[in-house]
Amino acid sequence: MSKKKGQAKVTIYPDWCKGCGICAAFCPAGVFELGTDGKSHVVREAECVNCGFCELHCPDFAVSVTPKEASRRKTDAHGDPRSEALNQSAGTDPGPEENVGTPNREEEDGHKKA
Amino acid sequence: MAQVTQLIHDYLRHNKKFPHVYCAGCGHGIVLGSLIRSVHSLGYAKDDIVLVAGIGCSGRMAVYVDFNTVHTTHGRALTFATGIKMANPNLKVIVVMGDGDAMSIGGNHLIHAARRNIGLTTLVLNNNIYGMTGGQYSPTSPEGTVSATSPFGQLERSFDIVDMAMASGASYVARGTVLHATMLDGLISDALEKPGFNLVEILTPCHTQYGRKNKFKTVVDMYQWYKKNTMKLDRYRQLKPEEQAGFTPIGVFRDEMRPGLEVRYEELRNKLQEQR
Repeated sequence: MSKKKGQAKVTIYPDWCKGCGICAAFCPAGVFELGTDGKSHVVREAECVNCGFCELHCPDFAVSVTPKEASRRKTDAHGDPRSEALNQSAGTDPGPEENVGTPNREEEDGHKKA
Repeated sequence: MAQVTQLIHDYLRHNKKFPHVYCAGCGHGIVLGSLIRSVHSLGYAKDDIVLVAGIGCSGRMAVYVDFNTVHTTHGRALTFATGIKMANPNLKVIVVMGDGDAMSIGGNHLIHAARRNIGLTTLVLNNNIYGMTGGQYSPTSPEGTVSATSPFGQLERSFDIVDMAMASGASYVARGTVLHATMLDGLISDALEKPGFNLVEILTPCHTQYGRKNKFKTVVDMYQWYKKNTMKLDRYRQLKPEEQAGFTPIGVFRDEMRPGLEVRYEELRNKLQEQR
């Protein structure tokens, strides 16, 4: 994927974010800002150059960068149903603010019932 | 770069309590991610990996990751791992230890595992402090460190984990930091592929117990410190000794490709069986 601006969709899972500020401090495009709720927020998604720094350095696995066109795709490279569920939920999300808090909540509930 | 986070979620045990126990900004989470990416890139099956962890913040890693895992007693991770590797040499055994676990309580085990050159991949997560037990200074705390047990600065010289492992005879020794995550991915996957005893020291910040008492206002300051004060090994070696002060070299220090103890043991067994 080319490193052009505006090609990537950046998602933060607020339930997992602990607000350490690594993404906000090191993002080369200044995509993130720490909010008053102590969580990181995506404020300038259009500036994202898809370098992947936030994904590699988020200690809580709370940031996800997906290509905009591929986020609607239903199949996944890993062929795992869990990641497929993840991808679908990422694809149907209207925006970072309305995101589900936990990356795969359905999975977690399933385990609790069992 | 896409789907890195989804990949990591595939390898986590989602019935455990998440987000994980580590403090905000703790580098242990980054190491966990890096380990998962390395294992995935090499194509190992989850069941072929055994993750052995000792006690401490790093020991929690065995709880979260969906490999075969053993959470052992303090400092004895290497001894358990030695047993696992000798019993079933086909397993890929990864040992995760903290600096206190590896250098002080399990110091002797590290020396002898390296001397035996048994085929283990050891990750030593060095945060310069005993984080989980309340912030006592550890054998790798730099001189002058203010901690719970040294409120006026500690006076002892610190261990260099890389020097220690090389002197003991490890066949692959490297050092990385959590800030240089791409490089760390490379080092861990490199170490996983090498025969014999591999050790990767990973510098990871502990802001809660170390940073706050040692003039780091935020955890981001600690990452900035890594950015300023670490240097790739080949560049570091070109500097004059007086210029090297204050820098920590990162990279691969030794790469000898010597066969591990379990391989030589198997050879010996085959040889004796032929003689019979």
